Amino acid sequence: MQNNQTSQEIIKDPTPLQETWYNLKKNKGAMVGMTIILIFIFMAIFAPLISPFDPLAQIIEDRKTPMFTNGHVFGTDDLGRDMLSRLIYGARISMAIGVISVGISLVFGILIGVTSAYFGGIYDKIVMRIIDIMLAFPYILLTIVIVSVLGPSLMNAMVAIGISQIPRYARVVRASVLAEKEADYVLAERALGAGNFELMFLTILPNCLSPTIVQATLGVGEAILSSAGLSFLGLGAQPPTPEWGLMIASSKEFITNAWWIVTLPGIAILLAVLGFNLFGDGLRDILDPKMRN
Amino acid sequence: MNQHEKETLLSIEDLNFSFTTQRGIVRAVRDLSINIKKGETLTLVGESGCGKSVTAHAINQLNPMPPGHVDSGKIVFNGTDLLTLKKSEIEALRGTQISMIFQEPMTALNPVFTVGSQIADVFLTHQDMTKQEAMEKAVELFRLVKIPAPERRVHSYPHQLSGGMRQRAMIAMALASPNPGLMIADEPTTALDVTIQAQILDLLQDLKQHIEMSILLITHDMGVVAEMADRVVVMYAGRKVEEADADSIFHNPHHPYTLGLLNSLPSNKKYKGARRLEAIDGTVPDLLTIGEGCPFANRCVYQTGECSRSFPKETIISESHSVWCHNYQAVKTENRQ
Amino acid sequence: MSNDKIIEVKDLKKHFRIKSEGATESTSLLKAVDGITFDVLEGEILGVVGESGCGKSTMGKTVLRLYDKTEGEVLYRGEDLFAKSEVQMKEMTRKMQMIFQDPYSSLNPRKKVAKIIGQSLDIHKIGTSAERLDRVKYLMEEVGLNPKFRSRYPHQFSGGQRQRIGIARSLALQPEFIVCDEAVSALDVSVQAQILNLLLDLQERHSFTYMFIAHDLGVVEFISTRILVMYLGRIVEIATKEELVNRHVHPYTKALFIASPVVSPRDRKEGKHLFQGDVPSPINPPSGCHFHPRCPYAVEKCKHAYPPLKEISPGHSAACWVVQNDI
Repeated sequence: MQNNQTSQEIIKDPTPLQETWYNLKKNKGAMVGMTIILIFIFMAIFAPLISPFDPLAQIIEDRKTPMFTNGHVFGTDDLGRDMLSRLIYGARISMAIGVISVGISLVFGILIGVTSAYFGGIYDKIVMRIIDIMLAFPYILLTIVIVSVLGPSLMNAMVAIGISQIPRYARVVRASVLAEKEADYVLAERALGAGNFELMFLTILPNCLSPTIVQATLGVGEAILSSAGLSFLGLGAQPPTPEWGLMIASSKEFITNAWWIVTLPGIAILLAVLGFNLFGDGLRDILDPKMRN
Repeated sequence: MNQHEKETLLSIEDLNFSFTTQRGIVRAVRDLSINIKKGETLTLVGESGCGKSVTAHAINQLNPMPPGHVDSGKIVFNGTDLLTLKKSEIEALRGTQISMIFQEPMTALNPVFTVGSQIADVFLTHQDMTKQEAMEKAVELFRLVKIPAPERRVHSYPHQLSGGMRQRAMIAMALASPNPGLMIADEPTTALDVTIQAQILDLLQDLKQHIEMSILLITHDMGVVAEMADRVVVMYAGRKVEEADADSIFHNPHHPYTLGLLNSLPSNKKYKGARRLEAIDGTVPDLLTIGEGCPFANRCVYQTGECSRSFPKETIISESHSVWCHNYQAVKTENRQ
Repeated sequence: MSNDKIIEVKDLKKHFRIKSEGATESTSLLKAVDGITFDVLEGEILGVVGESGCGKSTMGKTVLRLYDKTEGEVLYRGEDLFAKSEVQMKEMTRKMQMIFQDPYSSLNPRKKVAKIIGQSLDIHKIGTSAERLDRVKYLMEEVGLNPKFRSRYPHQFSGGQRQRIGIARSLALQPEFIVCDEAVSALDVSVQAQILNLLLDLQERHSFTYMFIAHDLGVVEFISTRILVMYLGRIVEIATKEELVNRHVHPYTKALFIASPVVSPRDRKEGKHLFQGDVPSPINPPSGCHFHPRCPYAVEKCKHAYPPLKEISPGHSAACWVVQNDI
């Protein structure tokens, strides 16, 4: 009877999600980043509905139309394709690049990171040395090597970016699993009879997500940038895909007489990367317990 | 020892201290008044969240501000209101007249300097002497706090000392100030093993015999109170609920919470051979939603309607004993010994 | 209480290899548990007391095979735990459970209370999901929690309530033997009293056997029926509670009793005879009897040979050369 009273009062705390949102709202940089990201996501999803023209349709008489003329808000490129429409469709490609390449690195990074931290020993040592070797290559060089092997295409560029980013995710995940696996709740669930798989992926991993989410957010920006770089070098998207990096590459000679054809895709890349970086940095500030007061 | 002839060293008057959090304003300390006389050991006792540490840290302004802020009140030390002082003036007081020892001395000692040089620094900042002399004084202090092989130990880094030794070094550092008027000890033995705790408490008692010093001891442990206190202030949810000399607190408690705390101790003599404790039901109320009534009302077996409406006024039981309870008479009759 | 042995621990050792900090990387051996032998009897509450680093918590976890042993045996009703396969060990978790010290770190922050309490039922596939939910509700009531809070997360509860959740979790499989590892040490005094009462209520209702590990002599003395004292990885004294409280013989046990704070200012003693010195590091414990550098009764022999645990009166054993009159 005495015990029943105890449970009547309960501490009313916000859920972790509410708390994150509360802190996020106070972080101006993160909010700006999030707004940019949301705009790009909106563009990506509704590209067919909001783009005024077909991004691939060439209107020969309208070549190199300057901005705000003939209904082309951002002008047209050297083949008379509407820049705004191409940029909007470009957002679709860039978001896909971000999601797919980060997805690849996340899946493998988590698998490697969780297992090597959890099992430790010689397995951990071998895996981590391989990761070290991968990290010793300059990142862009590693990506180029992988694309060269697979052959230049947008899909292969995504795979290459994904693979070359695995080591970073593996390290981040491994570090937080190492810290988390000693916690009492893991031992407690082991005492209940939980097996290794359950402990690794259902118990420990969900508690290691914060740093991984931060890394993934920053990683999306980086993947967009890298893919633009690869496309610029001719190793990624192939014409006539409206990929931002490719758009810069194929129009660089017009920088003196039709600046918008080169500059606008550049600004789009800048904004997208900036958005993800601002948001990622903001998330880090909020989710990293060391930064909290 | 007649406490009443002694001068007051520190008095806290009607202190209200609160923290602004995202969930609202937490009133951590409410209408608190305490007096510490020269040479006495006053213990603030209570469970986590009762405001005892906030009170102690308010004295030398160690609470983070913001989110913390003093809503009203005075903290008068040797005639000056500490709350009106500038930051630099408070910093000058810390370590000279008001020293502090913490639960975990590792956080208070600088890990990259030897403990001896940290103590010597205190001498060098406040007194005119050479490094050599300061180091010798540090060795003397180490001897005073009974650190074995003091000549060698002054050259140790904090991590090379055991928990008990570090706490002794902290105490030595507190004593290095030219005029150690008040020592605030915030749970000084909570992190220590019981045999080491006994040594440190013994040391503090011993030092008080030699040095005219007041101790404000913050603890949750009634055993530490029983060992150390001259006078005891019992706090609950930011309020002072009972204040008395140590003997009255243990043998003539008038507040239901004080009584409950004593009954919660498994080592209480009344439990010889017993198989159950007389525990206090329920949990500490949320400081965010707490009203104007007595904060203990929801757990109190003597609770009446009045308790949730207003916080009781002081009732003076004797010269050295006051209680803040509407129904203290009910408590008293049941437990008169 | 019958005299059946539920657990027999035979010369159990658990050593950890640790990397020592410093310029050169070297490993040293931490002998957390170093050859201990004792039984746990059916229905008793065996208190285990000792200071930090004495290995009591490691011992509790090794007895449940949450840690691998280094040497020795743990028998559960005569069966060797360390000889069991992983599948057999999973079955054993239905009989032996643990309650942890820290109510904050021992509950998975990402799981709802119902999931935490019912997890073992899921793992062992006991009952239908409706039956499991009923069991969770029943368990919450049994430990004094309101079942309607079952879909909350641990951080929404206070320390005492969280410890109740931890207790409910360990009860779910109806175990026989529960190791309480500092189960009340992190709690406020008033909450500690509630939890001690709860543990005693549950023991009476379900006739559990507890191994109650704590550093607080007052708590152990109150709850236990038999007490085991550890110092630096070894047992120094073991006896029934009444015997140990009234007639403890080992100098370390004496030190613990002397050092325990008084219960009233009237019992204060000026200049108590305190044992001096620090608890040595378990990495390099003193030679011979580990307690000899702090022991006022130590003789030459204590420096060289570790005394065996010997019965000095029925049911009361101590490991001390002086007490055993063997100097």
